[in-house]
Amino acid sequence: MSNVSVDAKESAQTDKQPQDNTRRRFLTVATSVVGGVGVVGAAVPFVASWNPSAKAKAAGADVEVDISAIEPGQLIRVMWRSKPVWIVRRTPETLEALSKHEDKLKDPNSEAEQQPAFAQNKYRSLKEEYLVLVGICTHLGCSPQFLKNGAFEEIVEGVPEGFFCPCHGSKFDMAGRVFQNVPAPLNLVVPPYQFVDDNTIIIGSEAEVA
Amino acid sequence: MKKLMCFLACFLPGVAFAAGGNVPLDEAPIDLTDKASLQRGAKLFMNYCLGCHSMQYQRYQRTFNDLGIPDELGEKYLQFTGEKVTDYITRAMPAESASGWFGAAPPDLTLVSRVRGPDWIYTYLRTFYADESRPFGVNNKVFPEVGMPHVLEPLQGTPRETYEEVMVDGEMVERYVGIKSDGTGAMSPDEYDQAVGDIVNFLEYTGEPSKLDSYRIGKWVLVFIAVLFVFVYLLKKDYWREVH
Amino acid sequence: MSGFLAWIEERIPMMRVANMHAIQYPAPRNMNFWYVFGFLATIVLVNQIVTGIWLTMSFEPSAERAFASVEYIMREVDYGWIIRYMHSTGASAFFIVVYMHMFRGMIYGSYQKPRELLWVFGMFIYLALMAEAFMGYVLPWGQMSYWGAQVIVSLFGAIPVIGPDLVIWIQGDYVISGATLNRFFALHVIALPLVIVILVFLHIIALHEVGSNNPDGVAIKHKKGSLPESEKTPYKIHEYYTDKYDIADDVVPFFPHIVLKDLVAFCIFLAGFTYVLFFAPEMGGKFLEHPNFEIANPLKTPEHIFPVWYFTPFYAILKAVPDKLLGVLTMFGAIAALFALPWLDRGRVRSWRYRSGLHKVNLILFAIVFVFLGYLGGTPQENWKIIASQVATVLYFGFFVALFLYSKNENTKPVPERIPK
Repeated sequence: MSNVSVDAKESAQTDKQPQDNTRRRFLTVATSVVGGVGVVGAAVPFVASWNPSAKAKAAGADVEVDISAIEPGQLIRVMWRSKPVWIVRRTPETLEALSKHEDKLKDPNSEAEQQPAFAQNKYRSLKEEYLVLVGICTHLGCSPQFLKNGAFEEIVEGVPEGFFCPCHGSKFDMAGRVFQNVPAPLNLVVPPYQFVDDNTIIIGSEAEVA
Repeated sequence: MKKLMCFLACFLPGVAFAAGGNVPLDEAPIDLTDKASLQRGAKLFMNYCLGCHSMQYQRYQRTFNDLGIPDELGEKYLQFTGEKVTDYITRAMPAESASGWFGAAPPDLTLVSRVRGPDWIYTYLRTFYADESRPFGVNNKVFPEVGMPHVLEPLQGTPRETYEEVMVDGEMVERYVGIKSDGTGAMSPDEYDQAVGDIVNFLEYTGEPSKLDSYRIGKWVLVFIAVLFVFVYLLKKDYWREVH
Repeated sequence: MSGFLAWIEERIPMMRVANMHAIQYPAPRNMNFWYVFGFLATIVLVNQIVTGIWLTMSFEPSAERAFASVEYIMREVDYGWIIRYMHSTGASAFFIVVYMHMFRGMIYGSYQKPRELLWVFGMFIYLALMAEAFMGYVLPWGQMSYWGAQVIVSLFGAIPVIGPDLVIWIQGDYVISGATLNRFFALHVIALPLVIVILVFLHIIALHEVGSNNPDGVAIKHKKGSLPESEKTPYKIHEYYTDKYDIADDVVPFFPHIVLKDLVAFCIFLAGFTYVLFFAPEMGGKFLEHPNFEIANPLKTPEHIFPVWYFTPFYAILKAVPDKLLGVLTMFGAIAALFALPWLDRGRVRSWRYRSGLHKVNLILFAIVFVFLGYLGGTPQENWKIIASQVATVLYFGFFVALFLYSKNENTKPVPERIPK
């Protein structure tokens, strides 16, 4: 066969073959190793260039939002890392209603890590009044609609407000918790955020724990 | 002969300037590792150049990082156009009105050091001189009929072409001795040269912000190639020994 | 494992092809440093393709965004500047190795019978490469990109009758514009690379069919049965060659011997390439011209327009002729003459080692004239240069005329039967 290694054939055919094969073997291995390091090194720029560019990272930086103008019951949308983020100012009635339908939820106590530690509470928020969510359905990435003033009753009986995903019918309550028997597997994501003062929040980073 | 050359060298530049602006360029003091110089240059650029010229391919944040300036300080002392630290360094003046005022929109300066070379900019900023026949009252040695006012005049003072009376072969001759400030500026001539050097250094940086990285990585790549060469060469020798 | 390999081999003969063309290919053992440039050209081709693919990931082919997107690659993409400089330095490196490769062919007569087609394929590669490089240079949309394109495309305007319409058709607009940029981008990133890769493939197939030439121009393949066993090569050479010929004891197998030799050359080449890439990517304005760092401005022509250095010899020939159409014809004639080289050289001795002193002088003069033309075409116009470029143009064509005349009855030295020890 023609695919026998050159060395073996050679030694069978010629007496020119040097006796000292250790040196050759060492050099072959060493050259291959150094060459391999070179190939890996050369690949670094190509692999690294697929990371988000400096511009994309800058665009994905923290977003500062003035929340002083949000009326009770109102939802505003801001962009953070090119994703919609909702900020809802919940009314006392809304907050009160949250505990009434917990038996219909998949993960009422927010055990799945869909929120920073500070938001793993009943209201899934830093301050009860303000709900901050990434407005992207955990099923396949559509952005759910905000249904209020009883419009959500048609979707889930006895729940006046909530979020409904038009793509595949997933439903979430006013803390972003997912209802049972819908395609979405998890609660809506709460992004990291912090309050600078009562009227300003920063989305993208948490307050450092003192 | 040598004397004659000297004489001509002193005399002829005035003629040559008028013809085409082929002035010998002074060497710019470029040192990209001098962070203090780069920071001063950035400050001067933001104060004196950015009003009309943009630096639209470079972002503030990248610049601050590379120059060792914390974002907060940069925003406070180097950003005057109300943009975010992550924004590109764009000018306040709309291009249309700039065209109206200057006849042409002032060019973007991000890459000017790669177009003109640092020495040209260094010489250019130091060879404005008062010339009442020009719209802005100034002309320039390396850029005759320049359409830009001498924005650094508050620093340099009013620069004038200066002549001296000297004795040549028993005759008094007016000799051009260069451009001298009238001393009304905030800086001494040496300080002014240093300030211009800082600006040019900063522009050299913005032309190619990756340059220092390039030198650093390049050295190691060359070392690596030397090692690879040794092994490949020895292996090649080993195989070819039996051939020759 | 070997069972699996055999299973594959029965269905697609990968090992057979690898052995035939890359491992057990017989290469003359006296191939010197001039013979590494084909390998280097292949490496640079791979470099251009890989870095090119990566550049298209961030480049935006539009008049509005092209210039800015190149600076985006230089500043915002992680290590984007390395990839861009690999590509720009690679373009110049490509021409350096290709010019060396071509000159090698000339001094050792590698274009002579039976390698005429090999040479012609090579010339087609060179032609495609020039088109590829020209269109690539337009893409950054700097001043030189724009005005260089303007000048080169205008050349087609010299063609009688259809010229002006042809120029507008090529441009897709009344001037060089975003439409031109976009079509050049399409040609640069897919059409021409495909053509080049196919031509390189044909070039290698043709080479392996006729076999490699060598500095002595001596055949290594002999008529079957003409060599005694003791004079045949002891190395394992593929049956494809040994079945048809007796292969003399003048060869080494391509792998590992030639590959290792090429790798030594590659390391030296790489050191130079790396030096330029990291320490002098503009190469003093030769690889990346200074005015090209200014965005294209259709209202303002740069003071001096030159093509990039690798086109300047032909640009000088173009400028040497005062008439536009004649100038264009002369320039294309200069390339056509190279195509015709296998038929212009009527000699039967390949290597200049065994040819006349006249031939050696002619070759060296040609190389000097070519470099000199490159200098003339790449520096600002001065009065003396007009005459100089006209003289150099005459000398350029004089090489081919002289070769044609003296090669018929040239005073050559006897060529040895076998490669001298």
